[in-house]
Amino acid sequence: MSQEFRLDKIGLINRNKKISFKFNGKKYFGYEGDTLASALIANGVHLIGRSFKYHRPRGFFGAGVDEPYAIVQLYRNNETEPNVRATEQELFEGLEAKSVNCWPSVNFDIGAINNFLNKFFPAGFYYKTFMWPKSFWYKIYEPFIRKAAGFGVASTKHDNERYEHKYEYCDLLITGSGPSGLASAYSAAKNGARVILAEDKPRFGGSLLTSEVNIGNQNGKDWADKIIVELKEMPNVIVKNRAQVFGYYDHNMLVMSERLSDHLPKSKKYTPKQRLWYIRAKEVIISSGSIERPIVFGNNDTPGVVLASAAKEYLKVYGVLVGKKPLIFTNNDSAYETAIEFKKNNINPIILDTRENPDSELISEAKNMGIEIKFSHVVVAAKGYKKVNSAEIANISENKKDLGKIENITCDCICVSGFWTPTIHLTSQSGNKTKFNEEIDAFVPGKSKQNETTVGSANGIFSLEKTLTTAFEKGHEISKKLTNKDNKISVPKVSEKKFTQHDKFWCVPLPKEKNYKRFLDFQNDVSVADVELALREGYRSIEHVKRYTTLGMATDQGKTSNLNGLQLVSSIENKIVPSVGHTTFRPPFTPVSIGAIVGREIGKHSKPTRKSPMHSWHEKHNAVFVDAGIWLRPRYYKQGNEGLFEASKREAENVRKNVGVCDVTTLGKIDVKGPDAAEFLNRVYTNAWLKLPVGKARYGVMLREDGIVMDDGTTTRISEYHYHMTTTTAQAANVLSHLEYYLQIVWPELNVNVVSTTEQWAGAAIAGPKSRNLLQKLFPDTDVSKEGLPFMGYLESNLFGIPARIFRISFSGELAYEVNVESDNGNFMWEKIIEIGKEFAIQPYGTEALSTLRIEMGHVAGSELDGRTIPYDNGLDGLVSKKKDFIGKRSLNRKAFIAQDRQKVVGVVPLDKKTSIPEGSHLVKDANAKLPNPKLGHISASCWSVEYNNPFSLAILKDGKNMIGKKLFALCPVKNKSIPVEIVSSHYVDPKGERVRS
Amino acid sequence: MLHIKCPHCGLRSQNEFSYGGDGTVKRPELNKEVPDKEWDTFVYLRKSPRGKHIELWHHISGCRQWIKVERDTATHEIFKTSKANEDI
Repeated sequence: MSQEFRLDKIGLINRNKKISFKFNGKKYFGYEGDTLASALIANGVHLIGRSFKYHRPRGFFGAGVDEPYAIVQLYRNNETEPNVRATEQELFEGLEAKSVNCWPSVNFDIGAINNFLNKFFPAGFYYKTFMWPKSFWYKIYEPFIRKAAGFGVASTKHDNERYEHKYEYCDLLITGSGPSGLASAYSAAKNGARVILAEDKPRFGGSLLTSEVNIGNQNGKDWADKIIVELKEMPNVIVKNRAQVFGYYDHNMLVMSERLSDHLPKSKKYTPKQRLWYIRAKEVIISSGSIERPIVFGNNDTPGVVLASAAKEYLKVYGVLVGKKPLIFTNNDSAYETAIEFKKNNINPIILDTRENPDSELISEAKNMGIEIKFSHVVVAAKGYKKVNSAEIANISENKKDLGKIENITCDCICVSGFWTPTIHLTSQSGNKTKFNEEIDAFVPGKSKQNETTVGSANGIFSLEKTLTTAFEKGHEISKKLTNKDNKISVPKVSEKKFTQHDKFWCVPLPKEKNYKRFLDFQNDVSVADVELALREGYRSIEHVKRYTTLGMATDQGKTSNLNGLQLVSSIENKIVPSVGHTTFRPPFTPVSIGAIVGREIGKHSKPTRKSPMHSWHEKHNAVFVDAGIWLRPRYYKQGNEGLFEASKREAENVRKNVGVCDVTTLGKIDVKGPDAAEFLNRVYTNAWLKLPVGKARYGVMLREDGIVMDDGTTTRISEYHYHMTTTTAQAANVLSHLEYYLQIVWPELNVNVVSTTEQWAGAAIAGPKSRNLLQKLFPDTDVSKEGLPFMGYLESNLFGIPARIFRISFSGELAYEVNVESDNGNFMWEKIIEIGKEFAIQPYGTEALSTLRIEMGHVAGSELDGRTIPYDNGLDGLVSKKKDFIGKRSLNRKAFIAQDRQKVVGVVPLDKKTSIPEGSHLVKDANAKLPNPKLGHISASCWSVEYNNPFSLAILKDGKNMIGKKLFALCPVKNKSIPVEIVSSHYVDPKGERVRS
Repeated sequence: MLHIKCPHCGLRSQNEFSYGGDGTVKRPELNKEVPDKEWDTFVYLRKSPRGKHIELWHHISGCRQWIKVERDTATHEIFKTSKANEDI
């Protein structure tokens, strides 16, 4: 197939490498170096989609990030991606793309009827048309609008691509590799600064790729190529293409997304699809260039109406003609370059210039080449539906208000130029208050807030000579400040054609009795009439006008429309543009994929996973794991066909009957050391700590200052000035921060240090009536008798040669011990316990059995210490010292906390002794009371009591201490259950605590 | 992301720190009678100023020291940082 619109000898594409691709199911080919847009245009395809609201045909408008139209659904390597700009998507073998927002096809789109129903779709139509009846919104209007509007479709599949994050520091970050970016990068790098140069496009050089200029006696593009080669070789420079710096955040932190694989059929092994760079730059040079803005005229959204600069880029970079009978419509000199390029390639353009009689080097050149130029002329309207086929043109009066006689002129594209808008997005994001520059009718950077400098056309400077001079100077000046070096590069000689003043004309008036749609925002179908309507309806703030009309919203964020929108508002309001002001520029500058933002933190990588040293043993013995904070803990050890219930019951029964072992490595452990350690603990815990002897452990409860229980655990005095504190698994990190806060901020006079030792110790809880017998065998040389190691006692010993700590503490309510060894020896310890425990019928038990044991004993844990309860609620009254002060004590005499009917932990047993009560159930007096049924309390934890072989729960119940023996109902509407229950003591098993002391 | 100068470690990114609230709050002394109102103010009442604010940050993924930071809550400008036991 021949490419009708491809030229033979011009362009930077690789004609030796053909690439085939599909668009809307039809096969085409392009060349390596093409974008999807350039390849389609080369094949004469101009109809690419349908518009957002009216479903009008959409073609191409730009050639880069500013593209409002050419949005496609992309298919690559069995994945799909919505809203890809065809002007940025590089062609790869096998690429497939489809049009969006049209049905059944882009050529015949039913939705186009909206174009004729446009009276029903004025600005703010969402708020007007779909209001009544109210109930229709969710079921009819919203689903309908969602289906009709919007662009591509997100994939519902798991994204198998890899995305990475990277942190980087540099002296100077330069955003954009046009002439100003290259010059400042080169000048700063040569002066020793660590430079990152980021270019959004695949090719470096920016405007130098398409302009006819000379720098240092060579063509502009050759100069750019040479600079890039040299920069890439410098060790202090990072040069990145396909990398968009899209956000400027606090303290000179910028974020850049680098597309490493989007231009390839599939990502290479070990290469991510995209990489997000967090760059902390000491200084930033913004050289993001400028974007051409359109002139507004009738039907200016017809496919074939393109920016003049885009037409030039398609020609010079890709060797592609956007049309063979081009009409150039301009208010300034730059579009003449486009006309000249056409002419050089044997295409005869016609230039319509809104200016009366401008004179410049470039205009003379065009004239000398024989290009037809009509001054004081405008395009009134484009003609043609799916592609421009002609244009209505007219002379325009000097005051730009009246049109002369309308003529029809044949053309197949209209290249429009309404002058240039500096790309100040990053500058503005940095906090720089922008200012309006009358000379160029656009906003430019004002006073810097962070360490940023804007150069080149992004700063409103359109002369290459001036741009290069300032860019070299800024690069040197900034690098000198950072490196204290002074190597200055001399500025090369520049030859360029000088421009003359542009015309401030931006919108063609409507001819009499014609009602052409004149679009301001091409992506959202916002027309001049829509904005006029919004202002008639009283909208004044530009931010409100934006949201009401959707001007400047969606994926292109109004890169080509914002300024014309402001012009319109200011002309209707009779204000000057700066007093209307622009809408806020927020990151990201261009859309960023969710994958890049999330990076590697997906699935199991979304949080770290901590495993105990015995983890692989648990795995080998069929442990079923459960997340406990970021730890993985065995929930139960499955035998045969057992489920959770059977297994945990077996394990708990075995603890009550024989002996069990549980991995308690995950408990938080904190070393508290120093001469004032006892005093410190005395202030942190609610009970007394000053008299705890060496070699003894004590249970303690700590509060927040508001009196709420923060955590509990045992702390053991290892030696005179050394305590070993344990915390719950969940609160370990918070408790450490809490202790550090009091030591560093509140009581710095205390001579105490704290450090986490959680990972240093592996722990095994050995529990059950036979645990002492087992312990004796594990530590044959140590006296672990009732007298040698009494309840809450502590001993240091060795386990077959390795140092071990033995604590006689119990969570299960049975006679129990905890043995700690250094983590590396954890597995050795565990295997020894299992091996020697065999003769006592030892079984490992998981967290489910552990819960059962503690619930039926009435030991409070996380589900009772839930951040809403005080010590009294949990039956911990005996631990609250009356004599000394401690953190949170003063709060405990708040009225609500000492109320007679204060909530309290109680036990709950179903009357039928069969029905398990779901956790979270509400306790109520009357199961059939009118809703909302007054709640007396809630079930905090449930288990199957292995002691009594019936269900048992703990609950936090209002006036709990007076409710023992009462009958209530446990309601669980979620599971549709209403269970008659009796309130009993929370200490269901061994209420006197005889077993632990046995 | 803020760049916070830890007086112990130097400039570090915000994601190494956790925020610790108003740095001027003084805990009433231990073992002293504290009127309800004073205690209530200490536990619950915090100012939320627009502008300069002295706050605590905890260098939780660094040296684990609590530090004082004088920051503008509107512009995020950081004027000064100091060790916990120094006046800012």
